[in-house]
Amino acid sequence: MKVETMTTESAGGSASTLPLARGAGKSIARTTIFVPGDAAALALGADAVVAAIAAEAARQGISLRLVRNGTRGMVWLEPLVEVATAQGRIAYGPVAAADVPGLFAAGFMTGGAHPKCLGPTDEIPWLARQQRLACRRIGVVDPRSLADYVARGGGEGLRRARAMAPAAIVDAVTGSGLRGRGGAAFPAGIKWRTVLAAPAAQKYIVCNADEGDSGTFSDRMLMEGDPYCLLEGMAIAGLAVGASQGYIYVRSEYPHAVAALDAALEDAGDFLGDFKLEVRKGAGSYVCGEETALLESLEGRRGIVRAKPPLPAISGLFGRPTVINNVITFASVPDILAQGAAAYRDLGCGRSRGTLPFQLAGNIKYGGLVEVPFGLSLRELLYDFGGGSRSGRPLRAVQVGGPLGAYLPAAQFDTLLDYEAFATIGAGLGHGGIVAFDDSVDLAQQARYAMKFCAIESCGKCTPCRIGSTRGVEVIDRIRAGDTRQIELLQELCETMTQGSLCAMGSMTPIPVISALRHFPEDFGDKRT
Amino acid sequence: MESLVTVAPIIEAHRLQPGALLPILHEIQDALGFIPPEAVPQIARELNLSRAEIHGVISYYAHFRLTPPGRHVVRVCCAEACQAVGAQALAEHARTRLAGSEFTLEPVYCLGLCACGPSLQIDETTLHAQVTPQKFDELIAALEAAA
Repeated sequence: MKVETMTTESAGGSASTLPLARGAGKSIARTTIFVPGDAAALALGADAVVAAIAAEAARQGISLRLVRNGTRGMVWLEPLVEVATAQGRIAYGPVAAADVPGLFAAGFMTGGAHPKCLGPTDEIPWLARQQRLACRRIGVVDPRSLADYVARGGGEGLRRARAMAPAAIVDAVTGSGLRGRGGAAFPAGIKWRTVLAAPAAQKYIVCNADEGDSGTFSDRMLMEGDPYCLLEGMAIAGLAVGASQGYIYVRSEYPHAVAALDAALEDAGDFLGDFKLEVRKGAGSYVCGEETALLESLEGRRGIVRAKPPLPAISGLFGRPTVINNVITFASVPDILAQGAAAYRDLGCGRSRGTLPFQLAGNIKYGGLVEVPFGLSLRELLYDFGGGSRSGRPLRAVQVGGPLGAYLPAAQFDTLLDYEAFATIGAGLGHGGIVAFDDSVDLAQQARYAMKFCAIESCGKCTPCRIGSTRGVEVIDRIRAGDTRQIELLQELCETMTQGSLCAMGSMTPIPVISALRHFPEDFGDKRT
Repeated sequence: MESLVTVAPIIEAHRLQPGALLPILHEIQDALGFIPPEAVPQIARELNLSRAEIHGVISYYAHFRLTPPGRHVVRVCCAEACQAVGAQALAEHARTRLAGSEFTLEPVYCLGLCACGPSLQIDETTLHAQVTPQKFDELIAALEAAA
């Protein structure tokens, strides 16, 4: 798989020269153009834009430097072309291949005015209002260039960690208040301390990059847009607990992320020191995002959930003490080490410290990645950032936290975005994915899908999940056919799954079902309320 | 057995790697488009596992296939974020359009393109976002024309 269409690689990065006009390119400073190589930008036609820029530059005999950066996360503006000017980076978007000759004519190489011009990228309000930490380099840095990563502050956390005792690194992470960003929100420092204290000759660092929740893409963006940040975070974890080997388990649905990580590792040189890292590809199993199923898969078996205890921190990969964290968790660590734990802890609210990269998805006008400290309201995210629905119809329901997350009605949009506030209303933030639906949504249909998805993806180890999900689909079908007496049965089934399942797949599938039933009874034909 | 000629060096390259099975299966499928059933005993022998264990792994994961796919594999995202913007109608349309064609149609549960759905993937290389039934037909027509 090749994401670049026509570039030749220069040493140390993906920046390339297009096409060298005769005699040019040596002394003349070439303008740098950024066109994202991020999967979302590619899906929206970024390669065609690159080809058009190359063709137009060739026609005019202009030499320029092209960087395939990550995305800034303003997905509705992709492909977002940026030009490095004396006034900083100027953005144009969304750019279609057909716009390119016009952009050249308008002098976009020097930031010239054009209907697609958005001004300085950093001043676009949607971006300027965010507070990016883990994601601050995505879209800015050249993901193929370690030198560029270091020039933008990368490597400082690892450098400091090398001078610290393992326990001091763990203390910094604990002190920052960082909690696992994969969804369970377990304090990262406590997990690391357990692994540090576990005596073993071999320990492992595993990155859970099996980002299977619909509505989430922050892990993908980071791996594609700033891979060295993840590598650095994992190397720091290695120093903290005494592990010399790490694995990044990436889902097979993310071939571009796999390629970006492989390329980064290939060019890493001695950046990671003695820490060895390997990228492993999943194979299309949602439940492998559950940490013990992931470990089974890494060991070469079916992704069947393990009973806990023992915790992976005590007996994880190949039976060894293992730190297993999400991409964003690891990516948050370098800055915590570089800036100090307090700077991170000072952001957020309650027991939710720091920032969370939220992902606005589904039927939303301005979708993309919004990294802000905890404590904003869901409404601010949906309307101030998201601009309401893409269809222009009223937003009726929002699913927060992936396929196992609750469906929330408009009446709950004022809930604050922090782990505890969401727990209070029987919901969760999960991995920060927010999927918006307009008023054409049928929540009984969505509840059925939640059960169906569980039936498809259940690993099959425990009965409530394996059988309960299929019975759930059948019961909802009967309810939708008009037999509302079955609602009580559905509630009991959900109770059984919640209490009796081995992992989150079975025990949390009832959350979208019950929340849909509670907040949208009319969709189930339920006249009782 | 031409396929076994491809398979042998792949197994050899990974045999001693911890947790070698998935990397081996991926590389075989990347090379041949599927995992030939006759490769299963060979993998089992080399990794000192039973054929049942290899088969169990292949059949567990949606990604792996034991039969050759169609000329192109079209994966339409059927997860919630795409559902919110018409994925179900797109999937229905795709089913009708590709019925009896040389293409393999599969559901996929999230491509990470959730702010620009409905989305689809062709042959694990090409991604498309904001796919309407009309755009779908254009994409398929272009693939058919490129025969």
